[in-house]
Amino acid sequence: MWKLLRCLAPAALLALGAGAASADSSKSYEIVDGGIPASLTGKPGDPAAGEEAMLNRKLGNCLACHAVTKLKNHPFHGEIGPALDGVADRYSEAQLRLILVNAKQVFDGTMMPAFYKSEGFTRVMDSFAGKSILTAKQVEDVLSYLSTFKEH
Amino acid sequence: MAFTTTVKRSVVGGVALALAGLGISASLAQDEESGRTNLPSIEGEKLLTRLKSPQGHPLKWVVSGFEFRTRDTQALQLDDFSNPAFLWVERGEEAWSTAEGEAGKSCESCHGDVEDSMKGVRAKMPKWSTDKNRPMPLEDKINQCRKERMGAEPWKWESDQMLGMTALIGLQSRGMPVNVNLEAGDMMAWWERGQKLYYTRMGQLDLACANCHEDNNGKYIRADLLSQGQTNGFPTYRLKWQKLGSLHRRFKGCMDQVRAKAYKRGSDEFVALEVYTAWRGSGLSVETPAVRQ
Ligand code: HEC
Ligand code: HEC
Ligand code: HEC
Repeated sequence: MWKLLRCLAPAALLALGAGAASADSSKSYEIVDGGIPASLTGKPGDPAAGEEAMLNRKLGNCLACHAVTKLKNHPFHGEIGPALDGVADRYSEAQLRLILVNAKQVFDGTMMPAFYKSEGFTRVMDSFAGKSILTAKQVEDVLSYLSTFKEH
Repeated sequence: MAFTTTVKRSVVGGVALALAGLGISASLAQDEESGRTNLPSIEGEKLLTRLKSPQGHPLKWVVSGFEFRTRDTQALQLDDFSNPAFLWVERGEEAWSTAEGEAGKSCESCHGDVEDSMKGVRAKMPKWSTDKNRPMPLEDKINQCRKERMGAEPWKWESDQMLGMTALIGLQSRGMPVNVNLEAGDMMAWWERGQKLYYTRMGQLDLACANCHEDNNGKYIRADLLSQGQTNGFPTYRLKWQKLGSLHRRFKGCMDQVRAKAYKRGSDEFVALEVYTAWRGSGLSVETPAVRQ
């Protein structure tokens, strides 16, 4: 399942428009052994804000595709991807960070959107052009919440 | 989950011509195969909502959006008195016999009774036009008559007048199999363009039509049960819209969802997608005007 990953920092992303780059455009990061070991913000995330971002339909909207037993008080869990229960047992934090940042680097051809990628799409709506779905902070927040998904 | 555009494309490409025109015979034969005897019906007219796909089709079964909806929603569609789309159909009937434009003519002046003259028309749309050198959806056909034959203002794509008329004309094909003629003119080039769009990932969510409607139909995406994205029910009364809506409006809605810049209604891109998606539903009964959630 694990694709061979190049240790590539998407340098092109840094070359975004002159002047004030949008706060939402993604910055470079380093992939090591199929994961991103370093926090995108240099800080740990906030799990409560992460839960919020996962649920929010305009942000993570993870329940669109995943079932999560912990969140069963929220209606309508999707069936597109696997249930996320116990996901922190299956993956290291670095691996989960890469799955969130750009799942296509982990699961070839997956339907899961890249949450921290702001360039290289086709026909993005103007209001989202040059932006990633989640900010670096939101990725770290979701990650810190996901890290509590342990069964063992 | 692997999404192999190129493989799918090459498999489908060659068989399209062979499939064109198969609508009727395929649907009857396949229905026996599916073993379905209790087909839904409206006013005694049976609707074929599922058929086994001909060889080379990207789907194993071709299934109408009808089957993916709740019993309540289905019930609304199966009874013309409770189907809210009939408010528009009535407007269409009125417009049919109202003279408009410089020529002082109504649709009826030339076409006579809509039930006879428009029978089966919707099932073949979009249809190749030799003088325009492109496929024309029903909306374009209607506006061509208004502009060129009546000297009247064309209707806007999503106007109540246009929706009423496409619903009225579509209704005259209800129960007949979708059957686009890909052999006419340059239809295959448009089919290919539509196919390419169908498999192209778009927008910030980077998803193609096929990701949802081919790979995941039958599964829930949040509260929505994904269908195959078939076109046989349009224009469709959508409970969420509280209104009848065109196929191109639905296309736009799906592109909006993935945060892609939608094409315009009536654009070449949407016409190409309509040609391609109509072909994917070959053999399904026209359900116009359908009811969806
Ligand atoms: C459009 C659908 C979709 C959305 C939205 C989505 N995912 Fe996924 N996700 C998938 C699919 C499909 C897979 C399975 C990977 C594959 O394609 O093989 C997956 C896999 C995963 C995995 C690995 C699970 C495992 O057990 O292997 C994690 C973790 C994950 N997603 C987390 C998330 C989080 C967190 C969010 C919200 C921020 C999210 N996903 C949003 C579709 C989605
Ligand atoms: C002056 C006569 C005239 C009037 C008025 C007129 N049409 Fe037509 N219409 C035609 C002719 C001629 C054709 C072309 C027939 C053909 O190609 O076989 C046509 C074709 C069509 C078609 C395509 C049929 C097909 O099988 O492809 C539709 C749909 C249509 N008209 C709808 C309408 C509507 C709706 C109105 C009123 C708003 C209308 N027409 C008014 C003469 C007229
Ligand atoms: C993120 C998933 C997703 C994508 C991508 C998507 N759709 Fe949809 N589509 C839906 C949902 C949800 C519905 C409403 C439920 C249903 O009928 O599937 C829908 C409905 C439809 C319908 C109406 C079906 C009916 O019976 O009423 C059509 C037609 C359609 N989509 C076509 C398309 C086309 C063409 C594309 C590509 C441009 C596309 N969709 C992309 C999710 C998607």
